Amino acid sequence: MESAVEVKNLCFTYPGVEDTPGVAVFNGLDLNVEEGDFVAVLGGNGSGKSTLAKHFNAILLPSGGTVWVCGLDTAKEENLIPIRRQVGMVFQNPDNQIVANVVEEDVAFGPENLGIPSGEIRQRVDSALENVGMYAYRLHAPHLLSGGQKQRVAIAGILAMAPRCVVLDEPTAMLDPKGRREVLDTVLRLNREQGITVILITHHMDEAAKAKRVVVLDHGQIAAQGTPKEVFAQVELLHSLGLAAPETVELCSALNRQGFSLPLDRLDAQSCAQAIFDAISGEEKT
Amino acid sequence: MLKDITLGQYFPGNSVIHRLDPRTKLILLVAYIAALFIASNFLSYALTLGFLVICIAISKIQPKAFFKGLKPLIVLMCFTGIMNLFFTSGETLLVHFWIINIYLEGLVRAIFMILRLLALICATFLLTYTTSPIALTDALESLLRPLGKIGLPVHELAMIMCIALRFIPTLLEETDKIISAQKARGADFETGSLIQRVKALIPILVPLFISAFRRADELATAMECRCYQGGEGRTKMKQLHYAPLDYGAFGVLALLLAATITLTVFGL
Ligand SMILES: Nc1ncnc2c1ncn2[C@@H]1O[C@H](COP(=O)(O)OP(=O)(O)O)[C@@H](O)[C@H]1O
Ligand SMILES: [Mg+2]
Repeated sequence: MESAVEVKNLCFTYPGVEDTPGVAVFNGLDLNVEEGDFVAVLGGNGSGKSTLAKHFNAILLPSGGTVWVCGLDTAKEENLIPIRRQVGMVFQNPDNQIVANVVEEDVAFGPENLGIPSGEIRQRVDSALENVGMYAYRLHAPHLLSGGQKQRVAIAGILAMAPRCVVLDEPTAMLDPKGRREVLDTVLRLNREQGITVILITHHMDEAAKAKRVVVLDHGQIAAQGTPKEVFAQVELLHSLGLAAPETVELCSALNRQGFSLPLDRLDAQSCAQAIFDAISGEEKT
Repeated sequence: MLKDITLGQYFPGNSVIHRLDPRTKLILLVAYIAALFIASNFLSYALTLGFLVICIAISKIQPKAFFKGLKPLIVLMCFTGIMNLFFTSGETLLVHFWIINIYLEGLVRAIFMILRLLALICATFLLTYTTSPIALTDALESLLRPLGKIGLPVHELAMIMCIALRFIPTLLEETDKIISAQKARGADFETGSLIQRVKALIPILVPLFISAFRRADELATAMECRCYQGGEGRTKMKQLHYAPLDYGAFGVLALLLAATITLTVFGL
């Protein structure tokens, strides 16, 4: 399968101001995201998640190594627009990425920039808004929407550009639980039904648990990667990086410290309860 | 508190006036203002004012909205009226008091000037009340496009207007929050001398500016991510079209202008 994103030996340093040395973020990072994958990126503050995301659509260019996106080298000037057509970005603060003061006008912003004929823009805007469940709000003013709704408008604005890959940088950090669920469900559906590659940067382990693959960043290095079950089983490692596993795994791990021997791959409440039940009834028999 | 401020308020509707192309409305507003300034006698004033009243009636916008909008401008209108009343000389002296002379001509002129200002302001309100800000921006961009040839950054100006309209409510909300935060820390904005009160504004403005710059930075990145490269090669979802209705409106205004000029020239 073709890679949606391929990062080879990436080095990146933010240039320092005047004489101060720059901030080196990456020093030889390798990462591969396959087409149609759903990758969650975890990591403490300052571990380089946002910096990495900005390499995926050529907002930042590598100081060393290469980044290929859908087979295009981000360092090449002529690839800039083709790459940004393929990779949509959603940022943390929904207020600062909505351009127009009418929802549908904002969704149309991307396709308008691409010079698409007006009739087709209309179709794309309508289907993108339906896709995220915001069609009924197409004539509303964005500042009157809830956080989750704003974020879904931002996603619609990207879908209207028909991307193959969507990168979301902590899209739920400023939302309430309801808004978080709305956004996560939307993203999961896009990946499942339309095969769009999703790279989701998040601090919420329950969101990461729903991904197909999890990558843990620490100081610009990959500290762990694999399926959510594989990664979250490494509870000690996550704790040492200042992260936590999903609550169910934390619970099993805490019980294990009390002498139980529970599996650490239970990511939903149902199977976690089952595991604990099995362990207790097993103990009673012996 | 600050959210109550209305800026170019738009009342959605479906009247003939609402349905006119925004460019038509802009051009007609300019033509109407020209007619107002040409009008110089009773009949031509009656005609232009009557026309506006009919337009407002067609638009189905509550007259209340116009009164509300006019309130802050009353001082300006009174000032214009008084200036004209006192400083116009003529033949028929109405009042003589100390060094003040009020002539009939001055009185007539003052009334005309106030009516002219009133009509000018109400006509502008009619435009902003019946046209969404974004349509207005599109219209301005489209009408000013020829000036792009002589180097005026028309698309950029339209984009700035559009973004300003988008962010004014957001920044007002933020200002409210900052004011509350400073009040919670014991800041006092209501008492003290003028200088003290102006000084009290600094802790509001500084965080507001910092946040506005941060927003601008993030917005610029987000726009770049969505392939924004300036106005070149850009299309529009909603294209403006002149419809038969617009040609009709142009016709009506041409008649109004012709009639005003005739009435004025022949002094009827
Ligand atoms: N614009 C910038 N200029 C200089 N240093 C930066 C800039 N943005 C981020 N950094 C630094 O780069 C490192 C990684 O930041 P970032 O990618 O934002 O981390 P994360 O998103 O994981 O919290 C941090 O040490 C941060 O201080
Ligand atoms: Mg970040």
